[in-house]
Amino acid sequence: MLNYILRRLALIVPTIIGISICAFAFVRVLPGDPILAMAGQHGVTPERYEILREQFGYNLPIWQQYFNYLGGVLQGNFGVSLATKRPVITEFMTLFPATIELALVAMFLAVIIGIPAGIFAAVKRGSWFDQLTMGVALTGYSMPIFWWGLLLIIFFSGYLGWTPVSGRIALSFFLRPITGFMLVDTLLYGNWPAFVSALRHLILPAVVLGTIPLAVIARQTRSAMLEILGEDYVRTARAKGMSPRRVINVHALRNALIPVVTTIGLQVGLLMGGAILTETIFSWPGIGKWMIDSISKRDYVVVQSGLLLIALIVMAVNLLVDLLYAVINPRIRVQ
Amino acid sequence: MKLMTTLLAATAMLALAAGAAQAKQLVFCSEASPAHFDPGPTTGGNDFDASSRTIYNRLVEFEKGGTAIEPGLAESWSTSEDGKEITFKLRAGAKFHTTPYFTPTRDLNADDVIFSFERQWKEDNPWFAYLEGMTWDYFQGMDMPKYIKEIVKVDDLTVKFVLNEPNAPMVANLAMDFASIVSKEYADQLAASGDLAAFSTQPIGTGPFVFSDYQLDTVIRYQAFPDYWAGKQPIDDLIFAITTDPSVRAQRLLAGECDIMPYPSPADIAQLQADENLTVLEQEGLNIGYMSYNTTEPPFDNANVRKALSMAVDKAAIIEAVYQGAGQDAKNLIPPTMWSYNNNIPADTYDPEAAKKLLEEAGVTDLTTDLWAMPVSRPYNPNAQRVAELIQADWAAIGVTANIVSYEWTEYRERGKQADRKGPFQIGWTGDNGDPDNFFATLFSCSAIGVSNYSSWCNQEFEDLIQQAKTTADQAERTALYEKAQEVFKAEEPALTLAHSKVFMPMNKRVIGYKMDPLGIHRFDGVDVTE
Repeated sequence: MLNYILRRLALIVPTIIGISICAFAFVRVLPGDPILAMAGQHGVTPERYEILREQFGYNLPIWQQYFNYLGGVLQGNFGVSLATKRPVITEFMTLFPATIELALVAMFLAVIIGIPAGIFAAVKRGSWFDQLTMGVALTGYSMPIFWWGLLLIIFFSGYLGWTPVSGRIALSFFLRPITGFMLVDTLLYGNWPAFVSALRHLILPAVVLGTIPLAVIARQTRSAMLEILGEDYVRTARAKGMSPRRVINVHALRNALIPVVTTIGLQVGLLMGGAILTETIFSWPGIGKWMIDSISKRDYVVVQSGLLLIALIVMAVNLLVDLLYAVINPRIRVQ
Repeated sequence: MKLMTTLLAATAMLALAAGAAQAKQLVFCSEASPAHFDPGPTTGGNDFDASSRTIYNRLVEFEKGGTAIEPGLAESWSTSEDGKEITFKLRAGAKFHTTPYFTPTRDLNADDVIFSFERQWKEDNPWFAYLEGMTWDYFQGMDMPKYIKEIVKVDDLTVKFVLNEPNAPMVANLAMDFASIVSKEYADQLAASGDLAAFSTQPIGTGPFVFSDYQLDTVIRYQAFPDYWAGKQPIDDLIFAITTDPSVRAQRLLAGECDIMPYPSPADIAQLQADENLTVLEQEGLNIGYMSYNTTEPPFDNANVRKALSMAVDKAAIIEAVYQGAGQDAKNLIPPTMWSYNNNIPADTYDPEAAKKLLEEAGVTDLTTDLWAMPVSRPYNPNAQRVAELIQADWAAIGVTANIVSYEWTEYRERGKQADRKGPFQIGWTGDNGDPDNFFATLFSCSAIGVSNYSSWCNQEFEDLIQQAKTTADQAERTALYEKAQEVFKAEEPALTLAHSKVFMPMNKRVIGYKMDPLGIHRFDGVDVTE
């Protein structure tokens, strides 16, 4: 097991270097110039442009810029935002809890609805429930997030008035962040109405962000379940006269969940992508919206460091999932 | 005794009721997060809304809802005979904000004014680069280092700006956001503690609102400044709820989550207008959308060719299709709300036949050209791609073939400036300070070639007129000069002036006293809300 963990950890180093090169190269192949983007409608004179290029180090050869950047990152210096002049890591740490909170709730919704829906669909294969679930899942999977978010806002917030339109909490609550997780902070303050408000603000964005993972999890659970239900040992269990409930819960589900756990791990990367759109629609102050704003401002430093930080997190989650996989599936350990 | 007890109880209840009365709160759904709260180095309208117009004042201010200049932190000012010295008399007793992080020990004085400009100007000033990689774009962009020779403290409440040459727009420049007056005492306190960066995150000004809190990308909170020199504001709390998507802003306004919002999406305006709780104010923007011909490139170096091409464009159709009722035909470079607008200039005519004839006379046949379309939507040109398509069709009718080209926005402007650019170039401008010089000189002076004169047009007659107007103090004389300059512009047609756009500002009916600003500023001083 230790050997396996070490091997997985060793793989991370080249991956990080690869990602840092990609992030660094990505912002440089984007059309546009950060200095001109900063200058606004007045523009800059050619002399001043050169001064600024030097000031930001953009006049250096590209490889030197990369090594300066990598050197900084290895020392924990992710640079300073061109727009706000604040350290990127400070902004990231301020905004990250909002994204995590949203992603966790979205994933929670996806799992508690997706897995049972998948199991039922598999058990009742071919029934109207199966067809309905899979139809809805396919629709959910194909739903463009931006359109889906606006639709929900217009219907639930605009027409019915059940949920707030956007933001993390009603403006009447003025709570300074403690952990950055609004649900946790409101409880720490002992402010029950604020907790309820935070929860109400979370519902729509979490539903929007959770829709695609929900669909994927439901479909994955169904197909894994179907495969397991056809195995000999399940048939044997049934033949032994075990109750259908026990066959499913004890024999089939445990094995069917192994690929589902992997799917959930893979969804983390997708959630980060989905968070960009969801956060933009719902004015959710997380790193997704932060990245979009920075791309439009050509804030090279934020974009390249933000990409790297997000990639590190996705990698960390995937590593965790791999380890978890090894725990629940002993065959991996042997290999 | 019983009566006394009852009276006392009643008084106590009244006092309690008064104490429990809700603070008056105004929520503005702003369109973007501010970079920070120091208006000197920032350039975005959203930065200025959140800093200079709430927290700070300037020596002089734009009148609310207009571009006329009125006293701000300077009670009065006078210009010397030769126009090279402007002396400002400062307001006595103007106080800086008291916050948990700063308590002023003195009122505003000349040191604050000098510091506010020298930090942007003198490279040896320790505050010139107090944030990593910072630049003073507006101070540079408005050519202040070129015009200002020195700023002199005459006494505690008198400051003199000594100029290298007379400059009539200077006073208007000093009403702009970058010219906000900051506290030197606060800067000294931060310098002593070594935390210079806090100057941009924990601002101190003299303005109507005191900064209270900013949660990154979420919400900015302000409170009315009780000791404001012009009196405390009617509202107690001002909140900026940052909401980037225009349709979501509209939904928040409809749901009552905010009281007022900027920049609605054109598609939402009808719904907002129809809502009985809302009012939608509208105003012509102080802007211009235009198409610059490269006057150094044949055949566009011939004024008649430029006029023929302009004449072939059906501007009315463009305004209807692209601006969707939110635009106004532009016959001059400056909008009609700006002083010195020359209304005697005849409106552009759409006459493809005459255009064809003019081109023939100029010996131009089978002309093929690039036609540049901005990749972004701007108030002065909401959809340059569509405009380009319409112009392309209009020109095809007179035998001119146009190939539409576009690049990423910064790349677009960079390529547009090149002297060897091929083809007419769509661009626009939003006024900074309400002075005509800010349009004429910034966009079409000879010195702006390679910077923001996308026509590479240097006409001596026009240049003499606008330079003379710049150094003339008398507004009537300046008006006459600019009117003449507009005639030259029209005769030479270095650009096709397309349209001035309208700006909409939807708000809840409970908001009282909000005035739309031609400069696109969002100001909340003097604004009240009904209970």
